[in-house]
Amino acid sequence: MHAESEIRIPLILGNKTYRQISDDIIAPIEGKAAKTWYILTTISAVCFLWGIGCLAYTIGVGIGSWGSNNGVDWAWDITNFVWWIGIGHAGTLISAVLLLFRQKWRMAINRSAEAMTIFAVLCAAIFVTLHTGRPWLDYMLFPLPNQFGSLWPNFNSPLLWDVFAVTTYATVSIVFWYIGLIPDFGMIRDRVIKPWQKKFYGLLSFGWGGSARHWSRFEEVSLVLAGLSTPLVFSVHSIVSFDFATSVVPGWHTTIFPPYFVSGAVFSGFAMVLTLMLVVRKVYKLESYLTIKHIEYMNIVIIVTGSIVGVAYLTELFVAWYSGVEWEQYAFLNRATGPLAWSYWAMMTCNVISPQLFWFKKIRTSVVATFILSIVVNIGMWFERFVIIVPTLCRTYLPSTWNTYTPSFIDIGIFVGTIGMFSTFFLLFSRYFPVIAQAELKTILKSSGEAQKKAAASHHH
Amino acid sequence: MRKTTKHIIHGVFGDEEPLMEACKKLRAQGIRIKDVYSPMPIHGLDNLIGLPRTWMAITAFIYGLTGLGLATLMMWYMMIHDWPNDIGGKPNWAYFYNIPAFIPISFESTVFCAAHGMALTYLLRCWLVPGAKAKNPDPRTTDDKFLILLDIADHQVAQAEAVLKACHAEEINHKGTYEVEPKYTLEESYQ
Repeated sequence: MHAESEIRIPLILGNKTYRQISDDIIAPIEGKAAKTWYILTTISAVCFLWGIGCLAYTIGVGIGSWGSNNGVDWAWDITNFVWWIGIGHAGTLISAVLLLFRQKWRMAINRSAEAMTIFAVLCAAIFVTLHTGRPWLDYMLFPLPNQFGSLWPNFNSPLLWDVFAVTTYATVSIVFWYIGLIPDFGMIRDRVIKPWQKKFYGLLSFGWGGSARHWSRFEEVSLVLAGLSTPLVFSVHSIVSFDFATSVVPGWHTTIFPPYFVSGAVFSGFAMVLTLMLVVRKVYKLESYLTIKHIEYMNIVIIVTGSIVGVAYLTELFVAWYSGVEWEQYAFLNRATGPLAWSYWAMMTCNVISPQLFWFKKIRTSVVATFILSIVVNIGMWFERFVIIVPTLCRTYLPSTWNTYTPSFIDIGIFVGTIGMFSTFFLLFSRYFPVIAQAELKTILKSSGEAQKKAAASHHH
Repeated sequence: MRKTTKHIIHGVFGDEEPLMEACKKLRAQGIRIKDVYSPMPIHGLDNLIGLPRTWMAITAFIYGLTGLGLATLMMWYMMIHDWPNDIGGKPNWAYFYNIPAFIPISFESTVFCAAHGMALTYLLRCWLVPGAKAKNPDPRTTDDKFLILLDIADHQVAQAEAVLKACHAEEINHKGTYEVEPKYTLEESYQ
């Protein structure tokens, strides 16, 4: 244990002991779920089922049932894919990058942020598998020997890089998450009384015992996984941005895309983590662990990444003008003043202006304001991807291919379905899994617990 | 030939500092600590009880290199050797000239193999598998208790108990004894 300055605000409020941390984490698992939990789960499950219906319809009829058309061949599908995968990035950022930077405040939020990552990546996977048009042939994306002779996928293509990046990202995130969960499942296994729960958590805990040897390996494995995930998370969204940046479509063909996409991803991901955390905090009464200080720290990350995104928007405009390329200039003029200008201005307002409100301490420490703004940011980031894709493709080089776009009922249905799936999974997770990494939290109790800090302070004087 | 009796003793603590103190003193008196069970990782404990440094990071490095090698071999075979294509005026005649396009997948495969290889090694090495029996000798150690597991010979028991008591162990539990054939030491063979 190392001492920490008294000035630092405690991260665990109230008079907590190791036992109480266990009690608080296990409470939602052992207790009965609140009525709101059942209501929310039902609504989410209905949306999820609706999405499955639309998905089945798409597979049966083909992607002609979507609003995509000859010019606008990427539309809601890729918008949603990029949106979901971007949301996923915050989970990895919190658990990996903040671990490398030894940020203790990460410990209360990393577990649910990682869960969010996994569910968001699953949602994203639905769109990439479907957008190929014939999802039953998606195995052709992988470098498998096939019946058509030695025809291999094209390793020069960013679309194939994406297959590798997203596969690696999804599987590594799941492993990272589960390895962290094992000790907590062990604690639950040893605490629960109901026989089915003992059996269920016993199976999930993989026989964890918490011996010194295992902890020492656990710590090293976590650190190395964090070290591997950090460049991984940056590579994933960089590669997603290459899907656009390596094409010769005006408005897409820009070198600013990788950093701009990565910061946008972190921005939207933190917003989504905040939305979820504020609900979890309230429903499961975890205010002692997810304190106002945690919310403030996350809002600061939102200001930083939101401002980077804002600067990127302006840089794009400047470079389009400065390049002297009229196609490029027109692409941006069209985004801001063309037929879909409303989406551009929605994006600008939600992403550039709204996060700046967090400069006011009152706003960034207010639960209600944070909740509203986090949703606003998520809407804004959805529009960002929409603006990049749809208005650009509506007006490309040949005026004869100019087109408009309206989403079909099926497009909207699948999107609503993924939101339903995401919420259903998250609600199930928060009810049956430990929402806070309690073992990790116990390591900072002595240095960052409120009661412990006070005791240490009075001891010194 | 005399048999030695070995005693299994659990020293249970309510906090990590007295436990670490006890570990230090036990080791100073030449008493071997079999293992320590705790609800969370304790920093600095590895050195105190004489654990060797774990190899996990090194395995990750080796798996990563394997992944890099496999990806390079795969891309060379598929893109250069088996079916070279001229894509967008960029012919795939030699691996070297096409390296920039192969970097992303080389990187992803390195990470994929390093992460999964290390994770699997960790799970198998600790025998953390579905259906494995709980490895902690006392179920309270995943919650809020810290436990020193001793597996010591007759003549050390009193000494160990004294240390545990002095370090404010909440409980000292005797978990039974078993007998072992002694190994010949040099001294004994001369007697």
